[in-house]
This record gives sequence, C-alpha cells and structure tokens, in this order.
Amino acid sequence: MIEALQELSDHIQATLAETIAKATIVHGELTLVVEAEDILRVLKFLRDDSQCRFVCFIDICGVDYPQRENRFDVVYHLLSPTQNLRIRVKLETHEARQVPSVSSLFAGAEWFEREAFDLYGILFSNHPDLRRLLTDYGFRGHPLRKDFPLTGYVEVRYDDEEKRVVYEPVKLAQEFRSFDFESPWEGAEYLLPGDEKADQNP
Amino acid sequence: MAEAEVRNFTINFGPQHPAAHGVLRLVMELDGEVVERVDPHIGLLHRGTEKLIEYKTYLQAVPYFDRLDYVAPMNQEHAFALGVERLLGIDIPRRGQLIRVLYAEIGRILSHLLNVTTQAMDVGALTPPLWGFEPREELMVFYEGASGSRMHAGYVRPGGVHQDLPQKLLDDIYAFCERFPKQLDDIEGLLTDNRIFKQRNVDIGVVSLEDAFAWGFSGVMVRGSGGAWDLRKSQPYECYDELDFDIPVGKNGDCYDRYLIRMREMHESVRLMKQCIELMQPGPVSSIDGKIVPPSRDNMKGSMEALIHHFKLYTEGYHVPAGEVYSAVEAPKGEFGVYLVSDGSNKPYRCKIRAPGFAHLQSMNFMCKGHLLADCSAILGSMDVVFGEVDR
Repeated sequence: MIEALQELSDHIQATLAETIAKATIVHGELTLVVEAEDILRVLKFLRDDSQCRFVCFIDICGVDYPQRENRFDVVYHLLSPTQNLRIRVKLETHEARQVPSVSSLFAGAEWFEREAFDLYGILFSNHPDLRRLLTDYGFRGHPLRKDFPLTGYVEVRYDDEEKRVVYEPVKLAQEFRSFDFESPWEGAEYLLPGDEKADQNP
Repeated sequence: MAEAEVRNFTINFGPQHPAAHGVLRLVMELDGEVVERVDPHIGLLHRGTEKLIEYKTYLQAVPYFDRLDYVAPMNQEHAFALGVERLLGIDIPRRGQLIRVLYAEIGRILSHLLNVTTQAMDVGALTPPLWGFEPREELMVFYEGASGSRMHAGYVRPGGVHQDLPQKLLDDIYAFCERFPKQLDDIEGLLTDNRIFKQRNVDIGVVSLEDAFAWGFSGVMVRGSGGAWDLRKSQPYECYDELDFDIPVGKNGDCYDRYLIRMREMHESVRLMKQCIELMQPGPVSSIDGKIVPPSRDNMKGSMEALIHHFKLYTEGYHVPAGEVYSAVEAPKGEFGVYLVSDGSNKPYRCKIRAPGFAHLQSMNFMCKGHLLADCSAILGSMDVVFGEVDR
C-alpha cells in the first residue's frame, strides 16, 4: 500500500513537477499541495492518466486557519477504484481569491463547492450555480469560519400575532461557556524562586 | 384552430411530503407530466454538526454521529472512531473488532429494511413496511441491549466499544439470524416478481458506472451500475478481511437492481453476523490504554489511578497528535467518510463529514430529467437518502 502510494507520488511528481509544491505520505495517505490556478490541470491529470485513474470523486471541503495570510485550505479527496488508492489534494486561498471550479471535470463537485462557499465563503470561478446550500434562505455570514460564534447571531421563532416566523438577535439565558480543560496530564511545572539558578554553571 | 399557449409548470415537491423521506424541498419544472428540471433545496435539517464538533472533545463528538444517518447510527460512529484511532495510533482488541462488525451489519440491515420497504411504499405497496418494521424493531432491541438506547447509541467509541456484551444478548442475536432470512424471503415474495413493483422500478433511474463515479456515488448506487466496489472488500477495516461474505453486483443500474442488491446484502449481513458471534472469544472490548479509554466503573471505585484517569478523560479528554486523516467505512448508504484535522489539542480542529446521501441527492436533476413525475419518488427512494446526514 505504502509502496504503491510512493510509486504513484513519484509518477505524479515526475509528470507535473512544477505544479506540485509538496507531496507527503502520512498515515498511509498521499497529500499533494498545489497552487489554486493549477487545480484543474492537476485533477484532470489525476483523472485521465492511465496510472492514476482517480475517476471517483469523493469530497471537497474547506478548512479555516484565521491566523494565516491565505486563511483557507480547500481539500479535495479522490478515489481510484482501479488502483484501489486514495489521494488528497490541497490548496490555499483567501476570501477574495477565486478557486477554479472543478465541476466541469467531476459533475459531483457542484454541491460540495456550493457547501464550501456557504460555510466558509470560499469563491469558485466558473461554477454553474454558486448559491447557498445548507443555511437558511437569506442567511448572512459563513458559519464554519473560526471567527463565527457557535451560537450564531439570529434565532427564529413563530410569532403568533404576526402569524409568521420572525428573526431576532440571539438571546441566551446563559452565555455559552467554553471550558478550558487544557492542561498537561502531569500537572503544571511549578518553578520555585531560585530554581532557575540550579541549571546555571557556577 | 387557435394554438393554445403551452408553458412549463413549476411545482414544489415537499418540504413535507411522505415520499421525500424527511424534509426535502424539490422545485420541479414539469412539461406536462415529464420532469424537465429538478432543483433540490436542502438544509432544512441543518444543525451545524461540524461546527459543534469543533467545540467538543473527541469523546463528546461521538453522539453527534448517531444523529446523522439515524437509521444506522453505529456505522457513522465507526467511521469517526477509525479516524481518531489512526491519528492516535492504537489498535482495537479482537473482541472489540468483532462487536463493531456485528453492530455495523445490524445497522446495515436496519437501513436496508427501512429503505427497501419504504421505497416499495412510495411506489404503492403498503404491506412491506408493515412486515419489515417488525424485525427492525427486534434489531433496535439489540441496540438497546448493547448501549441502552434504541437509536442514539454512543456505543462505538475511539478505542473500542463502550461495554461488553452479555452472552444472552449474543444468543438472542444468533437466534434472530436463524429466523430472519425467512422473513426476508416473505418480503421478497411480495416484491421481487410483483408486476406493479417491476413496472415502477425496472429501467427507471438508470446510471452508467462512469457517471456514478463522476457524481461521487458509492455503495449500492455504484454496485447497482455494475461496479464491483465495496470498501469492506477492497480496503478492509477491522476484521472484514478474515470474514467470508459476497458482494452482490447489479447489471443495469436501475432502481430494480438497487432493490435486488439491498435484499441480497441483508442475507450477506446475516452471514457476517453469524460468523462474528461464532468467532467471539472472551477478552477486552476496548484498548487497554488508560490514557484514552476510561476505566470501568468498578475499577474506578477501587483504584486511585483509575479515578484520576476517569476525571481527566471526562473533563479534559485526551489529546490527539496533530495531523489529518480521512477514514471511510462502507455504511449502508455508501461510503461514509470523516476527514479529521487535529491540531494536537483535545478537540478536533476540523471534522468534515462526507455523507453518501449528499452526493447521491445532488444528482436528482441528472437522474430525473426526462422521467415522469411519479418516477421521481421511485428514484428518490432508491437513492436511499436520510436527511440527518445530507443536511448535517
């Protein structure tokens, strides 16, 4: 399995040398890192090359790293039923930068890209129908971004006087509490005053 | 004679429609009775599962997976548990693996029974659901026997399964396996050669294998189109590679083939369940690594170390090494995958749930175009969508 992946990785790097920024095999999974502009070319190669045949589309999803300049990762997963291998292709982007849509290559990518747009605000160029998918009609914001609060901004209820569903700002009886249990198993390292001198050479 | 103006008709199918299998709104454009375009509007059951999981520890995330595909809850937990275990690098004891496979197959029967019989109801047969729900209820009692809950089990956890099974329960499951094929044959007798059922399903919703892969189909949707592809065989997890079972494959890729495959798979599941029970030996059911799996209640009362572990595991939880992993299982509906990104803390940084029903449902437009309106409910039924996992 690992040898087959290594062989595949070498083959892809030999053919697409300049477009693959990085190729790693961790946990028995091959990950390619590419530039956003090259994604169509790379996926087309992976789909059509006789040694790859990644014809089965699995997944597209976003990951948010707000501290980075290019805050989003777009992660593509493909499967090759003939080679019995999986591959992951990653690229970086930010709010304003458009990623070429791969729905022309894989028909199934359409909804997955709509979902990434909906939940992260990642823009896809040449997408046939880039609308919101999972959130409410008229929803604002992109809920899976790390800076979107877990409780959201609005809540809905049915108003009996107005005879319709109304939107109101979230009112919580108790604030959402995120407990910080982060502490090492072995407990904190307590330094007594003067201890730091122990390591110093006299 | 003046020419009448002909225009297409747009209708709403759902959001509350018995054949929608949940809350699905289909905006359909009809030319007479022929479907021109289908635009599924989903998200009516969106609960933000992925967002919630980012705020929970790995153990607290498990129950969310029950609520995705709620007709086969443990199969989802299984995918998540496999992902976490790969990041942690731990192995599961033999008995734990067998219990997982046993319950994964129970989940498959749960899901297929519901799907086959309700799809039959969508095309006009009322008796199959009445017959199918009785064995389904028995299987839920087995869920309850293992986890204390009929549906939302929370039983398959990273590290193994929560508790051991009593011998009596295994005997009951074995007795069920003995009599269930007969009940299955009864349902088959109602449907397989039924003229109306065949008229409604044969040559409806035909998908070629090439299209099936490009649309991201998996599971029965691929096998119905002639693809011999099952993760339990091709990328075996747990102890599937040691068990003896067959994968039924269709020829025509229509709704009827998918029905036949589901019926056949239930027989295979019974075979697998029997083998699991026969192979089961006494032993631990979950990893004995005290830093990951909480101690037993009994142990906790007597051992200080176990008490500390218990406290730490139920407050802070365990830290998972940084990395990313995609783990998939052959859920009843297809490939259910979990893409986990860990930043080394006690909570997942990102947990993307790849639901098979999501990929299947998006092809509604592609599959229904040119079919009659009544065929849409047959196609939708044979896709086997459950909105818990589509909307997440």
